[in-house]
Amino acid sequence: MSDFPWLSVLIALPLVGAALVALLPREREALVKQFALLVSVVVGVLTVVMAANFDTGGARFQFEEKYWWIKEFGVHWAVGVDGIALTLILLSVILVPLVILASWTEADRSGGTDVPAKRSAKTYFALLLALEAAMIGVFAATDVFLFYVFFEAMLVPVYFIIGYFGGPQRSYAAVKFLLYSLFGGLLMLVAVLWLYPLSAKSPAEGGVGHGTFLFSELTQLTIDPTTAKWLFLGFFIAFAIKAPMVPVHTWLPDAAQQSPTGALVLIVGVLDKVGTYGMLRFCLELFPGAAKWATPVVLAFAVLSIIYGAVLAIGQVDMKRLIAYTSVSHFGFIVLGIFAMTSQAQSGAALYMINHGFSTGALFLIVGFLIVRRRSARIHDYGGVQKAAPVLAGMFLIAGLSGLSLPGLSTFVSEFLVIVGTFSAHRWAAILAVSGIVLAAIYILWMYQRTMGGPKVPAVEGMQDLTAREKWAVAPIIAIIVAMGFFPQPVLEVINPSVKETLVRVDQRDPAPKVTGNVAENGARP
Amino acid sequence: MKAEGIQAASWLLVALPLAGAAILLIGGKRTDKWGHLLGVAMSVASFGVGAAMFVQMLGYGAEERRRTVHLWDFIDVGSFTVGMDLLVDPLSISFVLLITGVGSLIHIYSIGYMSHDPDRRRFFAYLNLFVAAMLLLVLGGNYLILFLGWEGVGLASYLLIGFWQHKPTAATAAKKAFVVNRVGDIGLVLAISLMFATFGSIGFDQVLGEGAEHAGLASQLSTGTATAIGLLLLLGACGKSAQLPLQSWLLDAMEGPTPVSALIHAATMVTAGVYLIVRSAPIFEMSDTAQLVVTIVGAATLLAGAIIGCGKDDIKKALAGSTMSQIGYMHLAAGLGRTGYVFAIAHLIAHGFFKAGLFLGAGSVMHGMNDDVNMRRFGGVRGFMMITYATFGLGYLAIIGFPFLSGWFTKDGIIEAAYAKEGTSGIILGSCALIGAGITAYYMSRVMFMTFFGEKRWADDVHPHESPKVMTVPLMVLAIGSVFAGGFLVLGGFAEFLEPVVGKPEHEHHFAWLTAPGAATFVLMLIGAGIAWRQYGARPVPREQPAGSFLTVAARKDLYGDALNESLLMRPGQWLTRLAVWFDGRGVDGAVNGVAAGIGGTSGRIRRIQTGFARSYALSMVFGAAVIVAALLVVNVA
Repeated sequence: MSDFPWLSVLIALPLVGAALVALLPREREALVKQFALLVSVVVGVLTVVMAANFDTGGARFQFEEKYWWIKEFGVHWAVGVDGIALTLILLSVILVPLVILASWTEADRSGGTDVPAKRSAKTYFALLLALEAAMIGVFAATDVFLFYVFFEAMLVPVYFIIGYFGGPQRSYAAVKFLLYSLFGGLLMLVAVLWLYPLSAKSPAEGGVGHGTFLFSELTQLTIDPTTAKWLFLGFFIAFAIKAPMVPVHTWLPDAAQQSPTGALVLIVGVLDKVGTYGMLRFCLELFPGAAKWATPVVLAFAVLSIIYGAVLAIGQVDMKRLIAYTSVSHFGFIVLGIFAMTSQAQSGAALYMINHGFSTGALFLIVGFLIVRRRSARIHDYGGVQKAAPVLAGMFLIAGLSGLSLPGLSTFVSEFLVIVGTFSAHRWAAILAVSGIVLAAIYILWMYQRTMGGPKVPAVEGMQDLTAREKWAVAPIIAIIVAMGFFPQPVLEVINPSVKETLVRVDQRDPAPKVTGNVAENGARP
Repeated sequence: MKAEGIQAASWLLVALPLAGAAILLIGGKRTDKWGHLLGVAMSVASFGVGAAMFVQMLGYGAEERRRTVHLWDFIDVGSFTVGMDLLVDPLSISFVLLITGVGSLIHIYSIGYMSHDPDRRRFFAYLNLFVAAMLLLVLGGNYLILFLGWEGVGLASYLLIGFWQHKPTAATAAKKAFVVNRVGDIGLVLAISLMFATFGSIGFDQVLGEGAEHAGLASQLSTGTATAIGLLLLLGACGKSAQLPLQSWLLDAMEGPTPVSALIHAATMVTAGVYLIVRSAPIFEMSDTAQLVVTIVGAATLLAGAIIGCGKDDIKKALAGSTMSQIGYMHLAAGLGRTGYVFAIAHLIAHGFFKAGLFLGAGSVMHGMNDDVNMRRFGGVRGFMMITYATFGLGYLAIIGFPFLSGWFTKDGIIEAAYAKEGTSGIILGSCALIGAGITAYYMSRVMFMTFFGEKRWADDVHPHESPKVMTVPLMVLAIGSVFAGGFLVLGGFAEFLEPVVGKPEHEHHFAWLTAPGAATFVLMLIGAGIAWRQYGARPVPREQPAGSFLTVAARKDLYGDALNESLLMRPGQWLTRLAVWFDGRGVDGAVNGVAAGIGGTSGRIRRIQTGFARSYALSMVFGAAVIVAALLVVNVA
């Protein structure tokens, strides 16, 4: 089984599926949906089988494949996953079928009033599958150029999804998203290409003797500090936009407000993770010196994102924008964990990426169900939903509680690890970041109170509770959130070895405790 | 030492009620018919397991009573290893019995109290969830598992305060309770972080040590770090236990159904702060400052809560003020160190009985008075509900410290211990506790007289009647506890029982039937009750609230706690939020739109692109591709 080209197949399958969906007749909406769901389920099952074969004690990158792609420029089709990439791919392939299930009627031609001519279910689901292929590719790529290609390729389906299927301001949001991303992408491209001549230098001059974009070879480069700083910035700004961090976050609330909720789950839940994943993988490992140089500033911006995002979330009146801003805050925690450079903080950050994907995914899906019913994302338009649709309200509450990192739910473990790990190395950053836990309680519970609590408003009267299809779209996510809240260790075991390698690469050791009496030496656990 | 026998299955304590909650919540309406019975059964079963564990513990020698259970590896990253560990020792078993015992009684009572509520099943699900979380809190073998339970009870408290979500006041109170508690959680999270940074561990075994000597890593702490950890823990305790300055949520929490007020906001959850401090004794003992601050917070809160209790006409809020005050006593005792720990816990248990009884009694009165809570519309109820009157009366005598009842043993013990503290602080703290006892007698007598004595003041459509047996039997059991628990604990060797955990006091303490502070307390109690009699017993109580003196008005307004929060935190917070929203739209986004306009035309034009955005994408692609080619050329030349 180990020779099976798992990752190439996983990337190709949804792409082929997307092409086939596009070939189906436009009128056969039901068939389109069923086929898209089938493809995504097959991809999901295959990925789980692959993951089951992942050896946590084995080599860092597994399921590796390497073929020449553009030999003249030293570009490979090189894929492979370590624990962090694997878990992110798992996140993606679990979310896609649920999103398809949840957005069953989202793109129907018979849908809302403001329907542009070009939209059809088949376009929507073909784009979703294409996006899935790009998402798997971007996490699997072990060639930096290939990574860049997938990084940009993700933009295409998202751009069209927002542009065709979004709300009234969709064009503005789509173009803003595109401009932001292209700007970041260009900076990264320059940095990526710069690596080529650096690697072509002889080993004596710090290169590897031939031009390459392979991650495994690029980590062996010795880059002079000034150049490294510039290259670091090129990568970092691109990733900060994608993540998104304050102050380059403003595309997200608009994109969130205008995007259809199904796709939004993937944009915020997975796509944005490419930013933080890129920081962890490329910014730190390719430019360890520069990363340490930038740490104080990055930590400051991370803390700023946590607090600023949370304060803005409190002030929102649109639920989709509100959740988008909570994500800005959560991404602050992830970046904080990555740059705190302790094993707890980085494992926490890697775990946070997964947990946030599920947690925010569930929140967006449920808000989507509300919008289907009431045709509004505005908080004022709701009230007393809990009386009319208790199951919907209950799931909304659980998803919300995971958004405020309640212990017992998965998000707590990651947030706590980030705080504990950051505290031991950068005390003040952790102390400031902790204020986020109070702000999170305010924005989530206030939203819940205003939409679900209080007396029923007339518009909510007779609101239908979740249908079986909707329940099945959200229940698996809720189950994962709860299960990983009590049993995070299996996932951490997959992540930990990769984090360890990263920390070795940046040459950081965890700070030693100050008080170590003879009690600690036996290290016995009860 | 590893747990054996039934103690090895101590996870059942948590698992049983948790399973109950899960079945009732997931099962939904299908479980409506028998949901309450399952809820009661799970709670009682938990009590059974706890009792069996207790019996097993009594069979061990004092040194062998500390048993641990490792269930699974919870988190293991680098040197941060935390197991899902449980700790069964005399301290945790005391709480287990209190929680499951009083908890089960309140479950039974709720069958009757909530019988007309269409959501009774959901209520029992939440109650079960609470019991499970509270047991995890006290059984947790390290600070993270403790925190897991800590937040679990917070969630249950949130759900139950807001049980009637359709009432805006309930929804607001629930949110407030959660948010204020989160402020306290900052303290706990940072305390755990600091412990990990300092010790490399957060396990009770490593940090606190395994015996009465308190010889864990904490014994090597520098005073500064010990003070920091202690104060951070105290912040957490203040949130959960409604101590100053995080007290404001508890009075609003009375929006929840009365059994909730009895179980969560009187007998168990709000005492978690006391548990945390007593459990962390080895840390507090390393810092006089931290201990002193604990006593100050306790003394201030016991006075503030008592004063608030004097001003309230809402029977539940009067009792809530009293709860604050009584927990203040416990904190005061916990801050006194080894002389105080036993009294803190003994008073906590005794309080669990009499305060739960008082709340449930109040609920029984409300039940008969069309759910009215205003004592000015009660009066003379005793003739209509004898059992409620008798049991409430015994609880009343217990709390004011009437000789030989529970409160007399435990509260007087705290007052004596405070006076025994060396230096002027001992005199000040002792006097606060003494004065508090007088005020307690006053406000509790006021409640008693306004409710059960005097002429009837209720409207004609109210027909007071005794509650059904399912409610009165728990009242009777709690009344028995109110009478005997304190004496049983103080005379029955509770100090020796807890000694393996909290350690031996520096000065051997002998119980004496008559002491100077005890006599003074008795006199003050009589004075307090006497004044209340003059004001509310000897003359008619006006149906409408009179204007009241400055102090009365302040007490009615919770000593301006909310006003303070509003002007210091809420208003500035709202302004900050508005400013940030404005800034994000104008400042940050404006700049970005400006830059975008510079590249791709005016921002207005970006907004106006309604059609042909596919074209603009194609253009961008061409542009991007051109840049790639150009870049490659440049690189190649280089």
